[in-house]
Amino acid sequence: MSKIVEGLYYTKSHEWVKVVDKNIVLIGITDFAQAQLGNVVFVDLPEVGSKLVKEEEFGAVESVKAASDLIGPVSGVVLEVNDDLIGEPEKINEDAFDAWMLKIELSNPNEINELLSSSEYLAISK
Amino acid sequence: MFKYFPHTIEDIEEMKNFLKINKIDDLFQDVPKEVLFQKEYNIPSHLSESELRRYFEKIASKNKELILFTGLGFYDHYEPAVINSLLSRQEFLTAYTPYQPEISQGTLQYIFEYQSMIQTLTGMDVSNASMYDGTTSTAEACFMAESITKRKTILISGTVHPSVIDVVRTYAKFKGLTVEIINEKSGITDLSHLQQLLGSHVAGVVVQKPNFFGIIESFEEVSKAVHEHGAILIENADISTLSVLKTPRLDGADIAVGDCQSLGMNVAYGGPTLGYLATLKPYVRKMPGRICGYSLDEEGRRAFVLTLQAREQHIRREKANSNICSNQSLMALYATIYLALLGPIGLKKANLLSYQGAHYLYDELIKTGKFKPYFNQPFFKEFVLETLIPYDMLQKACIDNGFLAGISLSNYDEKYQNLVTFAVTEKRQKSEIDELVSLVGGLSW
Amino acid sequence: MVEYDKLIFELSKEGRIGYSLPNSFASTYQFLDLNQDLLRTDSLLLPEVSELDVVRHYTNISRKNFGVETGFYPLGSCTMKYNPKINDEIASIQIFNRLHPSQPMSTVQGVLEIYDHLQEMLSEISGMHSFSLNPYAGAHGELTGLMIMKAYHESRGDYSRKKVIVPDSAHGTNPASTIVAGMEVVEIKSNSLGRIDLEALKQVLSNEIAGMMLTNPNTLGIFENDIIEITKLVHEAGGLMYYDGANLNALLGKVRPGDMGFDIMHINLHKTFSTPHGGGGPGSGPVGVCKKLSSFLPNPKVKKESNYYYIENEKDSIGQISSFFGNFKVWLRAYAYILSLGKEYLNLVGDFSTLNANYIKESLKEDYNLPIEGPCMHECVFDGLKDQSTGVRTLDVAKRLLDYNFHAPTIYFPLLFHQSIMIEPTETESKQTMDEFINVMKKIAKEAKDDPDLVKKAPHNTPIKRIDEVFAAKKMILTYKDYLEQNL
Repeated sequence: MSKIVEGLYYTKSHEWVKVVDKNIVLIGITDFAQAQLGNVVFVDLPEVGSKLVKEEEFGAVESVKAASDLIGPVSGVVLEVNDDLIGEPEKINEDAFDAWMLKIELSNPNEINELLSSSEYLAISK
Repeated sequence: MFKYFPHTIEDIEEMKNFLKINKIDDLFQDVPKEVLFQKEYNIPSHLSESELRRYFEKIASKNKELILFTGLGFYDHYEPAVINSLLSRQEFLTAYTPYQPEISQGTLQYIFEYQSMIQTLTGMDVSNASMYDGTTSTAEACFMAESITKRKTILISGTVHPSVIDVVRTYAKFKGLTVEIINEKSGITDLSHLQQLLGSHVAGVVVQKPNFFGIIESFEEVSKAVHEHGAILIENADISTLSVLKTPRLDGADIAVGDCQSLGMNVAYGGPTLGYLATLKPYVRKMPGRICGYSLDEEGRRAFVLTLQAREQHIRREKANSNICSNQSLMALYATIYLALLGPIGLKKANLLSYQGAHYLYDELIKTGKFKPYFNQPFFKEFVLETLIPYDMLQKACIDNGFLAGISLSNYDEKYQNLVTFAVTEKRQKSEIDELVSLVGGLSW
Repeated sequence: MVEYDKLIFELSKEGRIGYSLPNSFASTYQFLDLNQDLLRTDSLLLPEVSELDVVRHYTNISRKNFGVETGFYPLGSCTMKYNPKINDEIASIQIFNRLHPSQPMSTVQGVLEIYDHLQEMLSEISGMHSFSLNPYAGAHGELTGLMIMKAYHESRGDYSRKKVIVPDSAHGTNPASTIVAGMEVVEIKSNSLGRIDLEALKQVLSNEIAGMMLTNPNTLGIFENDIIEITKLVHEAGGLMYYDGANLNALLGKVRPGDMGFDIMHINLHKTFSTPHGGGGPGSGPVGVCKKLSSFLPNPKVKKESNYYYIENEKDSIGQISSFFGNFKVWLRAYAYILSLGKEYLNLVGDFSTLNANYIKESLKEDYNLPIEGPCMHECVFDGLKDQSTGVRTLDVAKRLLDYNFHAPTIYFPLLFHQSIMIEPTETESKQTMDEFINVMKKIAKEAKDDPDLVKKAPHNTPIKRIDEVFAAKKMILTYKDYLEQNL
């Protein structure tokens, strides 16, 4: 039974979004996603300053037996990248909700409303 | 009933009974009647083993072996006797891809050794486990360049082997890349034409060393120009010559590719040979093909295993870097054993002997007065001369006397009229060279 | 006995040599004559070893490998049949090693005759018009075939057909090759019986479809009984049908892809036609086409006029996809194989390979989940153990098989089932061998209940136990140089 955290937003492609400030969010992948992948060995993330587009690929997460594309939950600009994940990608397995990947400044704040709530996500990720 | 079918009538009856069927055809009930093949194939009747041998002796005799003074991508280098004996060990020969590493350490270890040897020869950081050949490995390197730069144009030097150019063109055409040829000038890549063609739309530039004419080019200026424009430099190099020539790494290459045929592999009417692909660390995840890595088993023993498989087709499917699956693994073993036997000293010596033989032939041919220098560039084991001898006469004399030599480059490009190519390896004895020289030198018309 | 554990580099001793080269007769020429700028300056990390060192080393590492001649190798979809030694002997006939691609055609009439005759026989066997032997492997044949598909449509001025239909059960090379050929993948789901869902197919057909890739029997070992309807629908929509020949072994003597309506196909000679797998190649993936597509086959081509064979490059060809005629010594072996079996015995391969697979299927269905009822073809698929209560997964069963001297079957493919085990015995295995395998598989099923840890921690008897693949991917030690730098 995978972990869900209340108060975050979710996508069908198993990303989570956490609002940390006005129009600033953190993005990561869910506990369900990390369990599916197995031991994460590599994360491919965009550079600071690059643009994220909702529903477009922005990177990938790789394990020994699988690779998953990361799909933009929202649109915006990358403000920060969690460099810890470069050297220690296993942090995603240890605590998927703690292992944020990108800090984004939203270009279209309304997109938050189109995301799933934690109960909606729970329903689809059984 | 046949030596490869172990079932006796009794076995078949037992199995049919167990399966509760009357005839084996019952198992094919899902096949629509209209497509069932009810006849015999219109192919010859089976041959027993001795009949098979006789058949092949006859067909083999319809071919003529020639003394090879021609390269054009296939070099007659010395084939150490040990290699075939080791390659025919069934554990290497009949094994499948090493997906179960616990019982495939033989295959995995030689792949690791092969990758290491390609790394040291090219000076790059990593190599994959093998590609089909030099032409397709160059094409796949072009796709890597596209993936890295997100650009769509490939420039290839006109001094690259025409087969490599053709294959890159074919692959590029279908994938949607544009290919432009950089002019050849005096036998080397025309730098000013390259500079004209470069721009922010160029993903990669392909050069060859030694090039199609056998000439050793310097790529310092080429590399500078390519990198100034943010493009990828792909060098197709004869791996054996890298024991003596500057490495692709120091030439500034981002990707090194080529054919390993010159590592003592039989010319064997073109195949199998072996393609290699090596690159720099930042591009590891863009590489096609299998990669073998070092690890430990749960009891701490060192072990080898296929790794970074998330790039490959069986995991990534349409998002894979390439579609390559089976490659040329056994030939990678060939290359590994060859390089182990020759070592750094032997490899340099084999190349020196080839170099010396080629330069000796070159000078002797000039002395006959029937050949003139053309490109005036440094060459390795292969060279081009202008000939005064009518081509048909030259070819007839060579073939009739058992030599493959002096092939015309006009077969490849009309503009190379009267240019003929020769190659010499350490297998060519002085007597053979002298005989060839005497033969062509003695022609009159 | 202690396992051999050395890398060739670790045997190196300065001054040892393993080669034999003639003396120089032209020593006035030296590399120093060249511009220093062109010469290598780096050291060369190659080992210095004697011939015996090399022979012992590779002999010893080979002993850690499992080949078809070591034991039963039931890898589904790989057709690990016996590789006849006579074919290796034929391939090593000296003259075949010595012919150069640039030789005049008059001096290579023998090999050109082999090329032509082999492509003719493959055409007869598959119901196609002609074959090119140039592709180096199955995936390479797929790529070539897809290029032909695209070129055909473009030759008719139809540039809208950029999509290829691929079933979700297809081998990974199918969608991958489609992308390399510059087209898009349209994936369709299989129905509950693992076959093509005709309604789903009809939904995706349009004038954007270049064609469809299919293997039959499919990757579940089941025959697509709607095949005539499928090919009809795709043809009506203006597309071409591509046959992935990976499972051709089931059909030898029974069905020809051309007769089912396929227009283009490839054959894996290293599967169906017994050429050795080599640890991952060299293989050979000849591509065959129906008559209207023959001009698109890759260059160079072999043609025949009266009894004379010649080499030609045709304008309408898709171009070169190889340096020359592909892996000659591989298709040479396939040629010998076909002649050895002849029309009398090649006809029986489909029968015996299918009989064998069904025998195994029926024998194991009490202990392993059989997701699809009814006869299978040359391979059968199980979805893990029937009793998974102790948590023993397919991976564990596969590893435990290694302890009993069997190579594991294909696992986790096809992707349709979570615990896939795909078993392909081939026609060269006896009832005796299969019975031994069946008994061991049943024994493992019992072990999974009575002593699950024994299975979960397998293998126990192999040279190496389970390997830390995470370590391998993270550390990325891919060369001896990396190994030295990591100070291991």
